[in-house]
Amino acid sequence: MSPGRTSASLDSRSLEPLLAAKEIVVFCGSGGVGKTSVAAAAALTAATRLGGRVLVLTIDPARRLASALGLDGIGNVERRVPAEALKAAGIEARGELWTAMLDTKQSWDDLVASHAPDEETAYRILENRLYHNITARFVQSHDYIAMERLYEIHATGTYDLIVIDTPPTRNALDFLEAPRRMADFFGGRLLRWLTMPYRVGGRRGARVINVASRPFYQVADRILGSQFLQDIAEFFLNFQSMYAGFVTRAKAVERLLHDKRTTFGVVTTLEAAPLREAEYFCEQLQDRGFHLGALVLNKTLPAYLLSPEGDRAALLLAAETGPIAEALAALDAPALAEPERTARVLRTVGESFLNFAVVAKREAELRAELARAPEVIADVPNFDADIYDLAGLARIGEHLFPTG
Amino acid sequence: MERRAPDLLGRRLLFVTGKGGVGKSTVAAAFALLAAEQGQRVLVVEVDSKGDLADLFEHRPVGFSPVQVHPGVFAMSMSTEASLREYLRLNLRIPVLGRLGPLARVLDFVAAAAPGVKEILTVGKICWEVRESIEGRAGWDLVVVDAAATGHIIAQLGAPESIRELVAVGPVRAQTEWMSGLLSDPAVTALNIVATPEEMPVNETIELVERARAELTVPMGAVIVNRVLPELFTRADQETFEALREPEPSARLAELVGAAAAGAGGSPVAATVGTTAVLEGARLAVSLRRTRATHLSHLRRSVDLPLLYLPYLFARAHGLRVTRVMADALGEELGL
Repeated sequence: MSPGRTSASLDSRSLEPLLAAKEIVVFCGSGGVGKTSVAAAAALTAATRLGGRVLVLTIDPARRLASALGLDGIGNVERRVPAEALKAAGIEARGELWTAMLDTKQSWDDLVASHAPDEETAYRILENRLYHNITARFVQSHDYIAMERLYEIHATGTYDLIVIDTPPTRNALDFLEAPRRMADFFGGRLLRWLTMPYRVGGRRGARVINVASRPFYQVADRILGSQFLQDIAEFFLNFQSMYAGFVTRAKAVERLLHDKRTTFGVVTTLEAAPLREAEYFCEQLQDRGFHLGALVLNKTLPAYLLSPEGDRAALLLAAETGPIAEALAALDAPALAEPERTARVLRTVGESFLNFAVVAKREAELRAELARAPEVIADVPNFDADIYDLAGLARIGEHLFPTG
Repeated sequence: MERRAPDLLGRRLLFVTGKGGVGKSTVAAAFALLAAEQGQRVLVVEVDSKGDLADLFEHRPVGFSPVQVHPGVFAMSMSTEASLREYLRLNLRIPVLGRLGPLARVLDFVAAAAPGVKEILTVGKICWEVRESIEGRAGWDLVVVDAAATGHIIAQLGAPESIRELVAVGPVRAQTEWMSGLLSDPAVTALNIVATPEEMPVNETIELVERARAELTVPMGAVIVNRVLPELFTRADQETFEALREPEPSARLAELVGAAAAGAGGSPVAATVGTTAVLEGARLAVSLRRTRATHLSHLRRSVDLPLLYLPYLFARAHGLRVTRVMADALGEELGL
C-alpha cells in the first residue's frame, strides 16, 4: 500500500492543462511548505509530459536538490539538465528541462550596468556601500529582482514554459508589489524632496544653505550626524539617473505578471498557519486581478489514516492486554514468540495510528473549510523520505499531473 | 562537547530565531510562560508583528505598550515608528506630537538603503527595556524576543555595530556602545535558534551558528529542536513489528482483530482493511522519524551548542494549551 491522497471534499485536478496553456507559472506560499520542490517537480513533469523547453527559476533550493538539478555554485546562468541524468532517474523526457538559480547581487549589478547613463555613474553606484546594503544584505530586494529576471528571460523567447519559485519574504506577496514600488520609488516626490538640498547646491557643502529649513534634517542631523545623510542623498542622486529606464522596465514587468500568459500557483501544507496565509494569497491574487491557477496542498497525510476501519482496529490494538499476542505466538515466527513484547508493539502501533489519525482529521477539516479556492487543487502526499533527486521530483510530479 | 542544559532563565534577554514555519513564536511563548511559572516577571516582544504571539496566550493582539496576557507575562508588538517616537522623547527631548507622518515615511525610505536604521530602533527598544530593568527603573526579570527569522537576525543583532561604522559622531554613536555591551554580555543575553529536524531548517541553523560567531558578539544559547516525532520501538521491538507485517502474521492479526470486533458488528473485510491501515500507519511513523533522525544527527555533529528537544504535538496545533505543553517540555529539558 502506498501513501495515497487525502479524501477529497474538493476534487483534485491535474495541473497539466494549466501548464500547457500558460507561459509563466509563479509559485508562492509561506516558508517551509515545499514551494521549491513543487516548482521543480511541476517543471520536470511539464518537460516530460508536455515537451518543449521548460525552465525552472529557483531562489534558494536545499543543497541536495540544487545538486540534483545541476545548480552547484552556479549563478544566473541557465543550464540544461542532461537527458542522461533524467534517463538515469528513469525519466523519459519528451522535452528539455532547464534550471537557473537567482543571483540577486549579480542581477542588480547587471541592471545598474544596463540602465546607468554612463560608465562613471554605474561605477559610482556599484562602489557605493549603501548600494551593497540594498543588494546584498536586505531580503526585500529579492522581490524585485526575481520578477525582473523573469521578465528578461521571458523576453528572450527561449522557453515554452517558465516556472518560478518566489523568494522567502516576510510578506510573501511583496513581490507582486515590487515592480510598482520600484517605479514609485524612483518617480516619487519623496526621493526628490530628500535629495533636493543637494541638487540645488550641487555637491557637498551646499547643503548648509537649504537643509536648516527642513525639520526632517534638523531631527535627522541630531540623531544620525550629517555625513551619513549626505552619503544617502548622494547615492540616491546617482541612482535617480537611472529613473527612466527603471520605471519603464518595472511597468513592463508588472504588465507581464498581469498578462493572460501568466498564472499563479499557491502552495501550502494543511496546517492552520500556512493555510491561513495561503487563503489570504488566493484572495489577494484574485482581488488584484492576477490569474490564480492552482492551489497545491503539499505534504498531506494519506487517506487511510481517516478510515473508520483503521480507527476501530487501532482502538482495539491500543487496548491489547495479551490474547492477540498469545495467539500470534503460535505462529512460526521467532520475533513473535514473546507475547509480552508483541502486546507492547501492538499497543504502540495502535496508539501511533490514533495519533496520526488526529492530525489527518485536522487536515481534512481544514481542507473542507477552504473558501475561495481555485478550480485546480492538487494533492501531494507527505513522502516518508526527503525529496532530493530527479526521481523524487518525478514522484511529486505524478501527483501534480495524476493520470486516470 | 559541552551539552549541559544552559541556565537560560538566569539571563535577562533571550532572542529566539529560526527559519520561517518552525515554531519560533511558540518557543518564545513557552520560554515566557516557563519563566513566569518560576516566579519571574516577563516581557515577551514580537518583532515581526504577525499577531501570533498574543494568540498563543489566547489574548487579543497587542500593541507597542506591554499588556499582561497571562499572570506574569506581558506582551508587546514592535513598531519602529513608536520606537522612534519614544526615542526622540526620551533621549533628545524632542516631543513628537501626533503622527510622525512624513518623518516615518522618510524613515521607511532611508531604512531601505541604510543598514541598521530600522533594526536599531527594534534592538534599541529591547535593550532599553533590559537596561532599565537591570538598573531598577523597569520591572522585567526577563525579556524574551520572538525575533527576526534566520535570514534577517544577523542584520538585526548587528545593528549597533553597523550604525557605529556609518555614524562617526553624535548621540546615536554613544548609544550603540552600551547596547553592544548588553548584547555581548553572556550573563545577560543569549541567542537561541529553533529548528525542526528537516533538511532546510537544519542547514539554516548550522549556517546561522557559523555566521553569528563570525559576525556578532552576541553569546549563543541553545538550539531548540521542535516537532520531534516519538521513537516508536526499541531495536528488539522493531523486529517484532517487522515480523507482524509479514503476510502470514498480518493475515492472522486481521483475523484476530476481526474476531475481537465481531461482537461490535465488524466484518472480516473491515478487519483486514483496518489492520492493514494501522500497520501501514506505524510504518509511515517509523520512516518519518528515521528521515528526521538523519537531519538531527547532522545537526548534532555540526553544532556544538546544547540541544533542547520539544515533541511533535499530535493533539493540538495552537492556543495556550500548546504553549503550556511546550513550556513543560522546555522546563524538563532545562532540568527545572
